[in-house]
Amino acid sequence: MASNDTDADYDIDDIDYSDIEAKYQVQPEDGFENIIVVDGVPIIDRSKLDKLLTKITKEFGKKGAPIKPDDIFVPWDDSTGKSKGYIFVEFHTADEAAYALSAMDGHPFDAKHTFVTNYFTDVEKFVNIDETYVEPKTEEYKPREHLRAWLADPQGRDQYGIYRGNDVEIHWHGKPSQREQAYKHTEWTDLYISWSPQGTYMTTLHRQGVQLWGGPSWLLQQRFAHPYVKLIDFSPCEQYLVTWSNEPIVVPEGAMQGSRYFSPIDEGNHIAIWDIKSGNMLRTFPAAQAEGEEPGSKKQLQWPAFKWSPDDKFVARVTPGQQISVYELPSMGLQAKKSIKIEGVVDFEWCPLGDKDREDAEKAEKEAKGGAKTTRKVKENMLAYWTPEVANQPARVTLMKFPSRSILRQKNLFNVSECKIYWQNQGDFLCVRVDRHTKTKKTLFCNLEIFRVREKDYPVEVVELKDTVLEFSWEPKGERFAIVSSSDPNLGNPGPGITIKTDVNFFQLHKQKGDFRLLRNLPGRTSNTIRWSPRGRFVLLATVGSSSKSELEFWDLDFNTEDVGRKETVKDEWGSGIQHLGTADHYGVTDAEWDPSGRYLATHASAWRHTLENGYAIWDFKGQELEKHIMDRFKQFLWRPRPKTLLTKEQQKQIRKNLREYSRQFEEEDAAEESNVSAELIAHRKRLVDEWNAWRRRCKDDLAEERKKKGTEVDGEPGPQEETKEEIEMWVDELIEQTEEEVVE
Amino acid sequence: MRPILLQGHERSLTQIKYNKEGDLLFSASKDIGINVWFTHNGERLGTYDGHNGTVWTIDVDSQSKFLVSGSADNCMKLWNVATGKCLYTWEFPTAVKRVAFNEDDDQIVCITEQRMGYQSAVRVFDINREGEGTSQSKEPAYMFNPVGSKATVCAFAFMNDLILTGHESGKIALFDMKTGDEVLNNERAHMDTVTDLQLSPDGTYFITSSKDKTARLHDTKTLAVLKTYPTETPLNSAAIAPKRPYVLLGGGQEAMSVTTTSARQGKFETRFWHKVFEEEVGRVKGHFGPINTIAVHPGGTSYSSGGEDGFVRVHHFDESYWKVKPYGDMEIED
Repeated sequence: MASNDTDADYDIDDIDYSDIEAKYQVQPEDGFENIIVVDGVPIIDRSKLDKLLTKITKEFGKKGAPIKPDDIFVPWDDSTGKSKGYIFVEFHTADEAAYALSAMDGHPFDAKHTFVTNYFTDVEKFVNIDETYVEPKTEEYKPREHLRAWLADPQGRDQYGIYRGNDVEIHWHGKPSQREQAYKHTEWTDLYISWSPQGTYMTTLHRQGVQLWGGPSWLLQQRFAHPYVKLIDFSPCEQYLVTWSNEPIVVPEGAMQGSRYFSPIDEGNHIAIWDIKSGNMLRTFPAAQAEGEEPGSKKQLQWPAFKWSPDDKFVARVTPGQQISVYELPSMGLQAKKSIKIEGVVDFEWCPLGDKDREDAEKAEKEAKGGAKTTRKVKENMLAYWTPEVANQPARVTLMKFPSRSILRQKNLFNVSECKIYWQNQGDFLCVRVDRHTKTKKTLFCNLEIFRVREKDYPVEVVELKDTVLEFSWEPKGERFAIVSSSDPNLGNPGPGITIKTDVNFFQLHKQKGDFRLLRNLPGRTSNTIRWSPRGRFVLLATVGSSSKSELEFWDLDFNTEDVGRKETVKDEWGSGIQHLGTADHYGVTDAEWDPSGRYLATHASAWRHTLENGYAIWDFKGQELEKHIMDRFKQFLWRPRPKTLLTKEQQKQIRKNLREYSRQFEEEDAAEESNVSAELIAHRKRLVDEWNAWRRRCKDDLAEERKKKGTEVDGEPGPQEETKEEIEMWVDELIEQTEEEVVE
Repeated sequence: MRPILLQGHERSLTQIKYNKEGDLLFSASKDIGINVWFTHNGERLGTYDGHNGTVWTIDVDSQSKFLVSGSADNCMKLWNVATGKCLYTWEFPTAVKRVAFNEDDDQIVCITEQRMGYQSAVRVFDINREGEGTSQSKEPAYMFNPVGSKATVCAFAFMNDLILTGHESGKIALFDMKTGDEVLNNERAHMDTVTDLQLSPDGTYFITSSKDKTARLHDTKTLAVLKTYPTETPLNSAAIAPKRPYVLLGGGQEAMSVTTTSARQGKFETRFWHKVFEEEVGRVKGHFGPINTIAVHPGGTSYSSGGEDGFVRVHHFDESYWKVKPYGDMEIED
């Protein structure tokens, strides 16, 4: 206590109360929040006042902000006797004022006058604004991380993401020594994870929306606020994102506003389309509702609901039975202001772009940019759709050009119960799997209608099959496809313990004859899944999702041809190139995925499907197991996709030519590494043993001391003593018989 | 060598024990019997009859003179190994879950279950080795109640007056038997119930198995975790192989859920792990139920496993077990 000071008399005025005053000062209510200033009102004299006021109240009323003429205060310029051109309008509450402010701002009163509204309370603020211009500080440029940095990995490794329990991990995959964890994040996502189609972004789903992550340190790149988002779909060139939530969009009061957020007009919609680079919300749509369907009726959602053209220029959605609506990007306006009306349309698919098409498109674009006249005609997009049988009209598959909307080819079909459209990934072939029924509709069989899209007049050929086709898959960049078919009586009534017997068939385009022919039939399998390596040639047949079978079969379809050069050698015998490489088993496998290079295959057993032996395994293309991890609550395995190669055709050719050179180099590296690894391992083990032995010696000393304390025998090595074995040799002579013989000489 | 199948029990095994010389194997099971077998040929030598409930635990002294057993009939019995006669019976309010002799065979520690309002208790009895062994003191020499999670397994530590315990929470601890104080503990030794605890030959380290799917090697003095052996199945038992650097782990899916899964998912194998390198070396199949208990011959020449399926399998190691050096020439102290 500073007692000395209290003695001195002090003046009450000396005490500085300013801090206390500031703290407890009562702010006078402004009470002007409910007043707005409307500028841009016509200047009138008093005689016209009544007329103006009624007109203004009317205008306000029209916009949903009703006022009375009494609420308006018109200031007058006394010198001229005219009004000043602005008015004050008072509302009952601040909320009403806020609404009127936004509703009337920019309102055209008449041809010459447009209202400009402001809060009364803001006027003062605007008056006090410092008029001198202050140069905004230029923010220091911080280079952002390269989003494709993982491609620059010196060892050329691929990455994969796994989602397990609450953790998301990203790993490098390579030679045993190069396998390492690249990143780990706990509680990264609420639902699941997903890579963007070219691998640039890692997507996580949350209650609040979607987040995109990328770069070597996995920083947040973009976020999209779509509450309760459940499904997402990227456009093929990673420019746009579609999100879906089962909850209709609600814009609560006080929600964030701006181009990145939903506005009141989006309320009630389920689907939103976003621009990834800017983060802007482009447009929202209600959930797909088929004709005459009750809203809220349970029907399986078709996803992706919006299908992207391969060049990201259009996105389309089908309204079943009515039309296909194609929207242009980035404006998201309906292309040509109208949908394509197709009676009864069920489904459609865009034709993918081949490598060559893409190149052409790029060249054309470059030329167009350079100002040169485009000589090359850019190939139009194409889409295929089908319509079922209606009345006496047959079912139909149609190929259509877009945006010209000209029909290229139509094929009529009969007795159709279902169609499914499969494009080969280069857009060379289109296969329509047609499930047909007999007249009695009792038995189903299957036709494959194959359109050869690159040929003139789009010839169609039909492959007729007696069985039901369960799975169809084109070889990527190839002229082959594989199907799984079945005639099992248990088909269609799945039950526990029932494994459906299937046949697997390979078909190939016959070069000379020009039609698709059966290459090989593999009868009596249980396989239900076909996974082609992304570079073709190798294929995996797997039995997935069965509780008793989990076989993986690895096949090579070009066993006799050297991959070098990939020259089309003349086949000596039809189907002789097919070779079974290996069989493996991954218990409880739920899915399989090839890595982007097509050299490795990952199989996994996800806890979303069952809880037995969850985990993943990685195999090489021959079916050799490279690694296997069994993990509790393992959910997802995803290879990180790679974008299209940046090497030119010539460079690729060069690499192929020098393949032998490269492989020698790699083999040397492998050998060096192997010895390195084993040396490291031996050293590591040596260290462990040394540590252990040192610790054991310490332990023994401790033990001896303890025993001394106890006063018992110190000497004895505890534990079982080597029992001193006493060997007693016994010779037992037993006399069995004794005879005497007399030897007569 | 082909394993010898011991078929003398009608229900699942609870604990098996070799005697010090390793010529005898004692087995306790959920049927009320205790059996003793010759290990070299699997012949049954005799039985110890008298319990009236699941025999949870047994231990034999180093001279193969006395056998002690604890049962769900709330009794602990002392037996004459040679004659099979019950020498003495202690009665408790609850079941006896674990018994163990000390090194000098003059004390027994036992754990009684926490049930019916009784706390889990650890009691130490002095054993009178004079004469027949029928005159034992009824009252325990020491008794204490571990606070917190109940004890599931115990053993005498090599240090004076200390008792090692493993607990339901996954904790392992050292108790002073005279005062009942917890001298030292390792709360996070396991994440789930400790199911077994076996000492190394000299008692300076021990192995524990747990429902958390791992087995761990601990330093007796500090209770620090030395090695961890993670598996993908709950473990019921773990043993240390003398003279070779291996540990043996056994377990399998909970007996409850076994009926819903096939044998291949059950993982009813004995796993051999390298003690120092923490790498799995091999597995031995055979049981068609979870393995409840594993014991290794004190000389390291054989091991036995007792399963939920009611069988004991005695495996004598082949010559190659001793000769092969999968990790090169390394001197690893026992």
